Amino acid sequence: MATDIERVSDQFSSSSAVALLGRVPSVDAVGLEERAASLAKRSIKRESKLWALDLAIRCVDLTTLEGSDTPGKIVAMCAKAVRPDPTDPSIPSVAAVCLYPALVPVAVGQLKSTGVHVASVAGSFPSGLGPLPGRLDEIRAAVEMGADEIDIVLNRSAFLAGRYRQAFEEIVASKEACGDAHLKTILEIGELGSYDVIRRASVLAMAAGTDFIKNSTGKIGVGATLPGALCMMEAARDFFHQTGRRVGVKVAGGVRQAKQAIQYLVLVYETLGAEWMTPDRFRIGASTLLNDLLMQIHKERSGAYQGPDYFTID
Amino acid sequence: MGDEIERRDKGAVTATVPWEYAAAPESKEIVRIQDRYGLFIEGRFVDPLSGRTFETINPATEETLSVVSEAGPEDVDLAVRAAEKAWESSWRDLPGRERAKYLYRIARSLQERSREFAVLESLNGGKPIKESRDVDLPLAAAHFFYYAGWADKLAYAFPNREPRPLGVAGQVIPWNFPILMAAWKLAPALATGNTAVLKPAETTPLTALLLAEVIQEADLPPGVVNIVTGAGETGAALVNHPGVAKVAFTGSTEVGKIIRRAIAGTGKRLTLELGGKAANIVFEDAPIDQAIEGIVNGIYFNQGHVCCAGSRLLVQESVFEPVLDKLKERLGTLRVGDPLDKNTDVGAINSAAQLSRIKELVESGIQEGAEIYQPECHLPERGFWFCPTLFTGVSQSHRIAREEIFGPVLSILTFRTPEEALEKANNTPYGLSAGVWTEKGSRILWMTQRLRAGVIWANTFNRFDPSSPFGGYKESGFGREGGLHGLEPYLDLVPR
Repeated sequence: MATDIERVSDQFSSSSAVALLGRVPSVDAVGLEERAASLAKRSIKRESKLWALDLAIRCVDLTTLEGSDTPGKIVAMCAKAVRPDPTDPSIPSVAAVCLYPALVPVAVGQLKSTGVHVASVAGSFPSGLGPLPGRLDEIRAAVEMGADEIDIVLNRSAFLAGRYRQAFEEIVASKEACGDAHLKTILEIGELGSYDVIRRASVLAMAAGTDFIKNSTGKIGVGATLPGALCMMEAARDFFHQTGRRVGVKVAGGVRQAKQAIQYLVLVYETLGAEWMTPDRFRIGASTLLNDLLMQIHKERSGAYQGPDYFTID
Repeated sequence: MGDEIERRDKGAVTATVPWEYAAAPESKEIVRIQDRYGLFIEGRFVDPLSGRTFETINPATEETLSVVSEAGPEDVDLAVRAAEKAWESSWRDLPGRERAKYLYRIARSLQERSREFAVLESLNGGKPIKESRDVDLPLAAAHFFYYAGWADKLAYAFPNREPRPLGVAGQVIPWNFPILMAAWKLAPALATGNTAVLKPAETTPLTALLLAEVIQEADLPPGVVNIVTGAGETGAALVNHPGVAKVAFTGSTEVGKIIRRAIAGTGKRLTLELGGKAANIVFEDAPIDQAIEGIVNGIYFNQGHVCCAGSRLLVQESVFEPVLDKLKERLGTLRVGDPLDKNTDVGAINSAAQLSRIKELVESGIQEGAEIYQPECHLPERGFWFCPTLFTGVSQSHRIAREEIFGPVLSILTFRTPEEALEKANNTPYGLSAGVWTEKGSRILWMTQRLRAGVIWANTFNRFDPSSPFGGYKESGFGREGGLHGLEPYLDLVPR
């Protein structure tokens, strides 16, 4: 396997990646949380705010990941993804819809030539603990059905047991299984226990060639936190300085308000810079956030809030 | 292994996004600045006998804010006599729990009016509103609360000693933390049963005068606190007044030496909190991204007008490059400008005189061969401003590594071993503070046992608490403020 890996230019060999983990700088929790809190106090100009709200919509991965998802639910969500506000053509489409593999064909049918991507979770989401061949098959199947992006999970079982090489090689194999589809790797930071470990997991996934690192499955109690996201962004910034490759960052799990979305954009701007302020490099996984963004845009333009019934729920 | 991650061409095409932070100025309306201020003597504002006044300005705009009285020797004499009278007639014999009530009252007023104080502090001193709002005012109130708690427990603080107040404390404070320094001085003095004559710095008298209003409202017996404004001569008249039993001074080492000489042999008690040239020491195993924040906070906090500022950065040579790269990048995101804007990180330099001193020392750094770096920086046209600056290639013999600049200027040196770091850190006439950044707990302890500095921070910087004693070694002064230790300088401890 190792020989295959070394040929891929954006990836590290397993042994060099494991060695790289030894050089990941430590993170001081108090300092990190203070920095995140101070950035959350920045206030942005009104014009910038409208631009930020528009960008936030373009960065949304509109998500439903329930066992009860049906084709009907997906059709409705796809319509919302393309035209978040049917009365206002100036509102952009979201970046992607995010769903389970079995529903990919439904979404692909709905979103053909709309520019909205289809993202599928795969690889025994959310635990990542199925047998590897099955997980890779799941990825390949989703891609064959037309998924543009694949969200997998880090094998926390291997990672937390110190089997870094295994965790690394599984991501490498997943990337390979993706083919041309973009790979996002979910670290599930709420299970990692400390910022040091979050930072190490970020480096491991980036070295394995993932296109995005993502914080949470949304399936456990702890979802997105500002310091957790800042920790991942600092890792992505340093990875760029070391390798020249820009890895995207996705936050998910509990981002429900426009205000939160803007706080994350402030972190992106201050940590990673303007190059990351695009849907190609920053995503927000969310469902209810979208309507709050619409509501805030309407409020910025008109000066008044509209009631929730004026925004469609799909 | 290093080969695989060698730096590639960053090839960054700098994208531009319409991302601007809104000017979010704190409203000035909350503060009512009077056209003219008298001296606060015996509970009232009185016109100066000297007949002299001076203007106080906003250093960010150079606009005049108000006209303040200049206390001459005759005014200082009145103030000291008022303090003596108050001490003898009431304050000295008031039970501790009664003194505490007044202090709690002042503390609560400071909290209630903290927005007003914060805006005035930023207007008069140039410091960013986020600092005066989030640091200076909460700490000033905390100091009064803390020492209010000691007022009725002094007998327990010093077992087998009878604590007795000294009399009138003459207190001279600097311009970098005007209201906070007033709190540091007044709270322990009053808690221990002394009365006080306070002289604020000539460039920043306004919050002390607002504090005088708070003191009036708190119904403090007249004369317990007197506030005389003025410059060096006023301060000299105060410390040399025979009625003063205890002198407390925070300011430059130069003036500290003059004071110590002046009061030698008089029997007056003295504490001095003077300059510093602190080493902020970053080891290779430090949490680098947080250390960067700590370095920035250590030297650019309050425009570097901090006696305990981490003005000498000692970086282990093996991480010098990443630290420097990150520091430069971070400097580029610092926002310099309107102190009242809550997005501002670095405000205005306090005075023209201070600005020219900073410029002079920076020039000497360039002349002596150190390499200067400043980020792109748009400074307002009026007012006193200086762009955040760092120097690399600095050696211990450079003036910028030895003299206190008291501005947003960082000197970076490197070291190879902990021993070398320690030697360089201690190789200064000052000894106020130091910072150690490492993940290794044993190394923190090893360093702190050997660093000759009054305050040592580990994996943080510029962190204050009223319960923690603060003060210096060597030319940074003597005596401690804060904590139990901060009571002692105001007490005669008589063996029982």
